[in-house]
Amino acid sequence: MSPEPADRQEYNITAYTENQVGLLNRIAIIFSRRKINIESLNVSPSEIEGIHRFNIVIVETEEVVEKLAKQIEKQVEVLKVYFNTNADVIWQEMALYKVPTDVIAEKVLVERLLRENGARAVVIRKDYTVFETTGHREETDNLIRALQPYGLIEFVRSARIAIIKASDGFHRKLQEFERREPSEEVAENEFLNDREQVFTM
Amino acid sequence: MMGAVATLQALVAEGVDTIFGYPGGAIIPIYDALYDFKDSLNHVLVRHEQGGIHAAQGYARSSGRVGVALATSGPGATNLVTGLADALIDSTPLVCITGQVFAHLLGTDAFQETDIINITTPVTKWNYQVTRAEEIPEALAKAFYIARSGRPGPVLVDITKNAQMQTFEAPAYAPCTHIRSYRPAPMVRKEYIAQAAALINSAKRPFILWGQGVVLGRAEREFREFVEKSGIPAAWTILGVGALATGHPLNVGMLGMHGNYGPNVLTNECDVLIAIGMRFDDRVTGRLDKYAKQAQVVHLDIDPTEIDKNVKTTVPVWGDCKETLPLLTALVERREHTAWLARFNDYAAQEVDAVIREELFPASEELTMGEVMQQLNEITGGEAVIVSDVGQHQMVACRYARQNQSRSHVTSGGLGTMGFALPAAIGAKFGAPHRPVVAVIGDGGFQMTIQELGTIMQTGVDVKIIILNNQFLGMVRQWQELFHQRRYSFVDIQSPDFVAVAAGYRIAGQRVGDRAELRPALEKMLAHPGSFLLEVMVTKENNIFPMVPQGCSVAEIRLR
Repeated sequence: MSPEPADRQEYNITAYTENQVGLLNRIAIIFSRRKINIESLNVSPSEIEGIHRFNIVIVETEEVVEKLAKQIEKQVEVLKVYFNTNADVIWQEMALYKVPTDVIAEKVLVERLLRENGARAVVIRKDYTVFETTGHREETDNLIRALQPYGLIEFVRSARIAIIKASDGFHRKLQEFERREPSEEVAENEFLNDREQVFTM
Repeated sequence: MMGAVATLQALVAEGVDTIFGYPGGAIIPIYDALYDFKDSLNHVLVRHEQGGIHAAQGYARSSGRVGVALATSGPGATNLVTGLADALIDSTPLVCITGQVFAHLLGTDAFQETDIINITTPVTKWNYQVTRAEEIPEALAKAFYIARSGRPGPVLVDITKNAQMQTFEAPAYAPCTHIRSYRPAPMVRKEYIAQAAALINSAKRPFILWGQGVVLGRAEREFREFVEKSGIPAAWTILGVGALATGHPLNVGMLGMHGNYGPNVLTNECDVLIAIGMRFDDRVTGRLDKYAKQAQVVHLDIDPTEIDKNVKTTVPVWGDCKETLPLLTALVERREHTAWLARFNDYAAQEVDAVIREELFPASEELTMGEVMQQLNEITGGEAVIVSDVGQHQMVACRYARQNQSRSHVTSGGLGTMGFALPAAIGAKFGAPHRPVVAVIGDGGFQMTIQELGTIMQTGVDVKIIILNNQFLGMVRQWQELFHQRRYSFVDIQSPDFVAVAAGYRIAGQRVGDRAELRPALEKMLAHPGSFLLEVMVTKENNIFPMVPQGCSVAEIRLR
């Protein structure tokens, strides 16, 4: 195998698309054809009715990501694609943890556990309790470690969702599409230049 | 109105006159409706769905219109896959309509059910499954719009049997002119045109590479004006052939693995490379890390994904070259690059001495593929549509066929599909009925779709077929000779008596092996009313040179 290029890093690809059967496959094969693994994939309705938003996370070089973004945008039902490094987005993953209630109640200082991990109880039943945390990978991982000694029954983590820090949404862009005016740039994020004017965390 | 009728009405409304197809259970309602459309839609019954789609490709390529193929579900649909892949990589506009099992049976492994939408997703520009008759007009309108606009490509619409049979209130057919999420051509950016012109005007040794984009954009005239005003030598990719006549003084020849000597060597000496409607395929570039590293690159393309895909551009010119070329021509200075052009001519003379003279006018007794093309040029005067298959003969046909006009060479460029030429030639004749169509095919490729002789027999279509028979799978044999120590592994192919096979299909034919017979046989073939098969026995172990060996730089092209 060839050595890993040093400049590979996590990229967040954001695609705005029509809500169309089969489009997920069309997008997925753009990655699989090049033998690129998708680390995380989330598809959901966007802020605009009828338009879906894909959040795809991959580890690649900028050059590769740029080409992938163009190829995705080339699909007939894709309106626009952006790609950003982690520094350019606010991202979250959600995790659910199911543990036996009796063990938790007996042995754990639940309040402390929740406080320390920023978690909350979603369901408390006699037989099990479900906790939830939201955050970056290391944050959701922390609670796994804390709960594992107490018989963690089940764990699930969501795909990543990400908001582009320097974006003012897709409405304006959509108006351009509706006016049939092709956008000027091909795949780059046009908002990156005025990043400083935007509140960052 | 029945869905099946709506389907055919959509075809008529889109200006379709010829469709290539093969019936089957899941598309019977459409064929039933076709019975009443005989006056407006000429249906060509092929012998295999692969033949149908290649014929549609030939039709599209020779006519510049959208090719249409019909097939049934399951095996009928899967037989289209090779043609779809071929059409996608060669940007050929196609609309394929497949029948599908009843919607309520989808996903149940019903008889002749395949998930053709998912199978064809990687090889179509767009595809769509219709499960209700109401969807048919809009789906087909979108299909035609997507197939022919922007960078053209193949589209597949899969229609379930219930949708074909349902009746519905059909509105008047409305062609599609806009899809919100689809931008066929990027906006032309004037600042890049200006930058490109400045770069071209500053160049000492500029070089133009052009591809099929010029043909697809119907920009042959705009292209010629650009070339003539700028005075820049121009070379073509295999699918760009004919956009500028082969005899034009600034046409310096073919690029790539079996292209001409000068254009390949001088790619690595030019200072500004102007790529127009071509995609820097690996067969053109050879080793990318040694490709034109000294040059600044101007790339004109309608497809933004092609810019910077393989070769980094200095100035990208996004857009339809029909629109961008005149803007560029207006800004470039009128120049003559006499000394630079002379270098191409010097290399051309070397190539004539080392390769071409012997290939076209051989001293040996055996016939060469090149002399067949040479004789054909003399008889047809470069006015025929040549349809070539894949292999050595294809490279010979591309290198030596004279082409006076665009859309004169139909070949499988990107996919390299053996078996393409016979059905594609049938389609090409339907697409260009007033031009002579000559298929040039190897003995191997011919046997891959030989059954389409039946289509010729039944339709009476006038296709001249030249089989260049070297009794080998010649291109593979050449590689085995050059790169695998002459280990001729399974390339020795036996063939039937092709003339007798043709006779079985009521097609006239002749076999020649002597030089004295060649010219009269070619003349007889071209004068023959209707199809004719001419089998020419050529040298068994002849190699196609020059050649850029795989993994080498274009400048390392070998003459021998």
